[in-house]
Amino acid sequence: MSSDPLVVIVGAGPAGMAAARTLVEGGLRPLVLEKGPTPGGRLWQRPATVDFERRLPGHDPDRAERGVSDFLGIVDRIDWYPGTTVLDATRDRLWALGSDGVIDQTPWDALLVATGALDRVVPLPGWTLAGVYTLGGAQAALKVHGCAVGRRVAFLGTGPLLWLAAAQHLAAGAEVALVADTSHRLGALPALPDLLSDPQRLALGLACFRIVRRAGVPIRLGVRAAIVEGNETVRAISVESRGGRRHFTCDAVAMGFGLVPQTQLLDLLDVPFDLVPTSGLWLPRTDRSGRTPVPRVYAAGDGARVLGGDAARLSGERAALAILEDLGRPTDPERVARLERELARQERFARGLARAFPFPAELEARTDDDTVVCRCEGVTAGAIASAVRTFGRHDVNAVKALTRCGMGRCQGRLCGPAAARIAARAAGVPLGEAGRLRAQPPIEPLPARARCMVTEPNG
Amino acid sequence: MEDLDDPIDGAHGRWVRLARARGESVPFTIDGIPVRGHAGQMLIAAILAVRPDFGCLPPDRRSRAGFCLIGLCQDCWVRLADGRRVRACTTPLEAGMAVRLDPSDESW
Ligand code: FES
Repeated sequence: MSSDPLVVIVGAGPAGMAAARTLVEGGLRPLVLEKGPTPGGRLWQRPATVDFERRLPGHDPDRAERGVSDFLGIVDRIDWYPGTTVLDATRDRLWALGSDGVIDQTPWDALLVATGALDRVVPLPGWTLAGVYTLGGAQAALKVHGCAVGRRVAFLGTGPLLWLAAAQHLAAGAEVALVADTSHRLGALPALPDLLSDPQRLALGLACFRIVRRAGVPIRLGVRAAIVEGNETVRAISVESRGGRRHFTCDAVAMGFGLVPQTQLLDLLDVPFDLVPTSGLWLPRTDRSGRTPVPRVYAAGDGARVLGGDAARLSGERAALAILEDLGRPTDPERVARLERELARQERFARGLARAFPFPAELEARTDDDTVVCRCEGVTAGAIASAVRTFGRHDVNAVKALTRCGMGRCQGRLCGPAAARIAARAAGVPLGEAGRLRAQPPIEPLPARARCMVTEPNG
Repeated sequence: MEDLDDPIDGAHGRWVRLARARGESVPFTIDGIPVRGHAGQMLIAAILAVRPDFGCLPPDRRSRAGFCLIGLCQDCWVRLADGRRVRACTTPLEAGMAVRLDPSDESW
């Protein structure tokens, strides 16, 4: 047994994989826990078991394959546990459910959380109908399974992923009913200087926009309201923009309004969170090096700050160097400086994106009373508002206790931000006062048949 | 073409295949009806290639067909005949899997 400190990485996407490699180079043997059956994360999700006739924009299966096989090349120098779901964390231990159905614990000396992000949704009438998917979901169906999620897919939301996903579907031969963006074209202008910090990504974004336009797909910008229509299953979507309200026949909707970092583990470890006023999201406090205010706890990739796949890889590498630095191991200051420069550039680009594609807070605040906010428990916006008024409590955790909103199987991952906004609005208080849903262990559902190997609780 | 997914008689799939699947075609069943999918694809893709949804599931009995497809929304849990409940978007299809979607089935 070596007495080297044990570094645990949660999540083997671009950030976690880059961190593992850097730690191995630094002479350590990290333990890597990944929920999925294979490494790669959402960006390089595998199995890539399909062949497209044409190249999809922004999708480079060879690069994904290289990234993943690079990682698989070092698995004998790490402890690699795919199919492992982390359930709980304390300052010195992690509990996880393994692919064998056994819950076990591991100690840790340094912990890097690289758990990725989930699409942000806005509750809209009809968004719980079968056939509505997140943008990331529609993209996964396409890239991983080679399938469109319907015969005629409408895209709704805002952000680069909206246009990328729509363009990828068109390139793959899918029928696209509509691309509806809540942002205005004019909003992109002031963002341009920041967006020029990464000309390649900007060019990809513009190329996607062109693909959609050339295909003759109806485009709506500045969308103010949207309703998904159907009974049990999607039949149409109607959107309202300056040009008025219009119906578009479709049997699937892909929607997303930016991404929400998956921060449950950081929350359990008492990392402080700050409200970002522009997006209305609470994000864990981290710096460019990936350090958090909690000693020995680090965060990287979209699970900490949503900066995109390239930045995820860089931030994973940077966080691994921070871990090595903090352990008193030698690191190359020039490499650190180069990574931080690159990350600063990606942060600037992300600022540009946030400006060009602002979160549609108005759309979220105006969720009508009958609309389901919490899809797990079927709690409506009206139920939230009336609980707030009846009991005089607007803290979103109190709202959860009163209404069951956020208490279901996804633990508020989807409804949390919207529930806070609706509660704050009903109480007439600033958004920050509604707070954020606290993470509760276990942070994922676990089967009743899971066996527990932990003999001494808190031991 | 051998790589086309075969819809069950009288039903239709929700998802539309746009790219050739590399995995070999393997048999599995949905409520006892034999169907085929591709080895290695996630169960959700195999089911929705031949069915429009997973049926109506508790707690609110609305019809479901997955949502996030990355294992976070928990909207895609299905039951297997051996008693296991699995998340269809993160569980690879295996030959011979017996999926139970019909809640009136006595194994519920
Ligand atoms: S579709 Fe969201 S967990 Fe499977």
